[in-house]
Amino acid sequence: MGSTSEFGRRDLIKKAAALGLVTVPAMSALSACATSGGDDRKVEKGKKTDSNPFGVNEKAGLEVVIFDGGFGTQYAKDAAKDYEKKYGAVKLKATQDIQPLLQPRMVGGTPPDLVDNSGAKAMDAATLIAKGQIADLTPLLDAPSYDDPDKKVRDILVPGTIEMGQYGDDKCYRLNYAFTTYGVWYSKKTLEDNGWEYPKTWDEMLALCAKAKKKGIAGWTYAGKYPYYIAFALYPFIAKIGGSDVIKAIDNLEPNAWKHDAVLKAFEAYYELEAKGYILKGTPGLDHIQSQTQWTKGKALFIPNGSWVENEAKATTPKDFEVTMAPPSSLDSSDKMPFETIWAKADEPFIVPKQAKNVEGGLEMLRVMLSKKAAQNFAELVSSLTCVQGATDGMDLPPGLASSSQALKDAGDNVVNPRIRDWYQTLDKEKIGGILAEMMAGRMKPKEAVSAIQKAADETAKDDSIKKYKHS
Amino acid sequence: MATDSRVVADETTAGTAKGPGVGGFAASRHYRTFVKYRFIAGFLAFPLALYGVFVISPFFQTFYYSLTDWTGYSSDFAFIGLDNFGRLLEDGLFWKALGHNLVLLVCLPLLALGLGLFFAFMLNVGGRHARGEAAAGVRGSHIYKIVYFFPQVLSVAIIAVLWGNIYNPQGGLLNGVLNAVGLSSLEQNWLGDPGLALSCVLAVMVWANVGFYVVLFSAAMGSIPRDIYEAVLLDGASRMTTFFRITLPLIRDTVQTGWVYAGIMALETCFAYVHIMTVNQGGPNYSTLVLPVYLYNKAFRDGQAGYATAVGVALLLVTMLFAVVAMGLGRRRDRIEF
Repeated sequence: MGSTSEFGRRDLIKKAAALGLVTVPAMSALSACATSGGDDRKVEKGKKTDSNPFGVNEKAGLEVVIFDGGFGTQYAKDAAKDYEKKYGAVKLKATQDIQPLLQPRMVGGTPPDLVDNSGAKAMDAATLIAKGQIADLTPLLDAPSYDDPDKKVRDILVPGTIEMGQYGDDKCYRLNYAFTTYGVWYSKKTLEDNGWEYPKTWDEMLALCAKAKKKGIAGWTYAGKYPYYIAFALYPFIAKIGGSDVIKAIDNLEPNAWKHDAVLKAFEAYYELEAKGYILKGTPGLDHIQSQTQWTKGKALFIPNGSWVENEAKATTPKDFEVTMAPPSSLDSSDKMPFETIWAKADEPFIVPKQAKNVEGGLEMLRVMLSKKAAQNFAELVSSLTCVQGATDGMDLPPGLASSSQALKDAGDNVVNPRIRDWYQTLDKEKIGGILAEMMAGRMKPKEAVSAIQKAADETAKDDSIKKYKHS
Repeated sequence: MATDSRVVADETTAGTAKGPGVGGFAASRHYRTFVKYRFIAGFLAFPLALYGVFVISPFFQTFYYSLTDWTGYSSDFAFIGLDNFGRLLEDGLFWKALGHNLVLLVCLPLLALGLGLFFAFMLNVGGRHARGEAAAGVRGSHIYKIVYFFPQVLSVAIIAVLWGNIYNPQGGLLNGVLNAVGLSSLEQNWLGDPGLALSCVLAVMVWANVGFYVVLFSAAMGSIPRDIYEAVLLDGASRMTTFFRITLPLIRDTVQTGWVYAGIMALETCFAYVHIMTVNQGGPNYSTLVLPVYLYNKAFRDGQAGYATAVGVALLLVTMLFAVVAMGLGRRRDRIEF
């Protein structure tokens, strides 16, 4: 028969200890290779020629890891076929787990030759660069372009692309292949059916929201679970009110950068949306997909988002919805920058690890991807702009992409590109995002939010363990 | 006591045979012990080596890495002594996360075990007394047992995604049901409300784990002899009395095991729930941040693996402390044999 004896009491303590450490060994699985280093495993270089500017070894294989996200992988497979015509076989791996898969390999000195370091599990580029793990792409930028040997690669890129790869000096570490525009997204059809127009000033915005409210439609919704989505419209709004220097000061973590008048004005304007009940009920608890679904269902007019939303929300978007992007409304006539100002930047960062076997092959593969053929293929497959100039010219674009392409053209030089998001990810996404969430849920006043964000920014500025960058 | 004397006799013979030159080590008692342990060691060597390489050595490495400024992205780092731990002491978020872990540590075992005990009792003992049976479960207890266990079959990630959608304030099941039964005034933002978010996470963890305890306690209750129940029934004990005076004391050790298990769950398995379900992974406003999530963010998002291992070491200490306290508190000298 049984007994209530102390069966396995000691065992249990031991097991508890072992379980208790689950997280600890998980860390060490990584660290196990931290002390070993990569040595001479590089492949021999080939001969440099006009059509092979980096001297790629024609027999050496190439290993590419692609983030299997909204853009899929077909575009990379197609480009790989072009690469293989001249060089060795391409081993292409698609994954959503970039960081879990590659971080140990970076540490161990055995990384692949080209990485699409993107998605929610991307590796922290700033740290990789600080630790000298990423190759400088300047040779690629100075190489002749694939289609026209008289033009350098740097001359066929959309302005701002190279800047996005820079981390405080002239070297370029990342090539961002896609070009994303951020702004306020709406259904052209809904506005037209109601005889409304996209509001150019904040007063018009509030008036429109009031009208919509009477019809039982909320003015705004946003990805409450990822509150940094709010910034897609809020940051360029701040730039409009106070000029792009305000954003630069914020990026540079200057003291009192957030205390600028423009920031408070922008915050107060957004807070008013909440205070007047123009934000869809329950928004603070929605994730990005849920909020986009509410938006495509027509429960809310506007959503701050990026140009991937057209593709991402496709499944729930009615056929005649006409996804359209607009620049954030201006505050009033005293704004420093025109209505057309938007946030746009090169995205989908490709990196060539410095310790890769075949660095030249990685560079060459990027050169192939920047050919007109590959860029057009990309735009066609995933309906996104690319960093290659004029790649979408003459193409038949879906409405959302057409509107963002148009918005980018209209903006001209008035494109702002806050870097705080890639330079200080924790500060931007977690701290500032968290505070914006509090404010937009009505739990924090704009003034408190400004002070709280300034405090968080000051803490980051003071923290020696975080590498600092400056706008040059 | 024939056996005893034979052992004594054996030992004497072994002792006398151990003369110089005669038999030697091969015939000695030590040799037999040696052979015995060699035999056992033969079986243990491989698993022990595995354990040593994959469990023990990472522990020591971790302690070492917690004393460095390793980023986790390259193989160069510097030894910085106890700086990481100094930083830990001043880190408000660390203490906040620890606080939430402690809340879970108290509430999760209380709720999950309490409910588990209640359900198990109802399924095994609490039913109406059928003819010829001193103790029986409520009607349909077999079905209930399966239903309770069902969440245990789902992976934690699926549960978290599932509940993330149930808590969806727009069109989620919870608000939908409240609305449908005319209680729309009770509709909430759930995970979007800093006052409620942690309770929401806790509720999901309880839901997901109660089934395990029902099965665990059912098994323990099943091994209690029926005649004890017959006896208390004759004495006219109520269900309440039966539970507190008979069932609970007899399955005490199982409950204790369950408690430790639930505690570890509260300290570490909370990771997946918080990471997948909550606003901004630990929000809103850090109201659901727990240590494993904080550790993960520091290590894999912020490139501060050294600091993250220090958080890990702190978490280890808390877990060990809990295990020791839990086992120590429940220590009881008197044992009931049945």
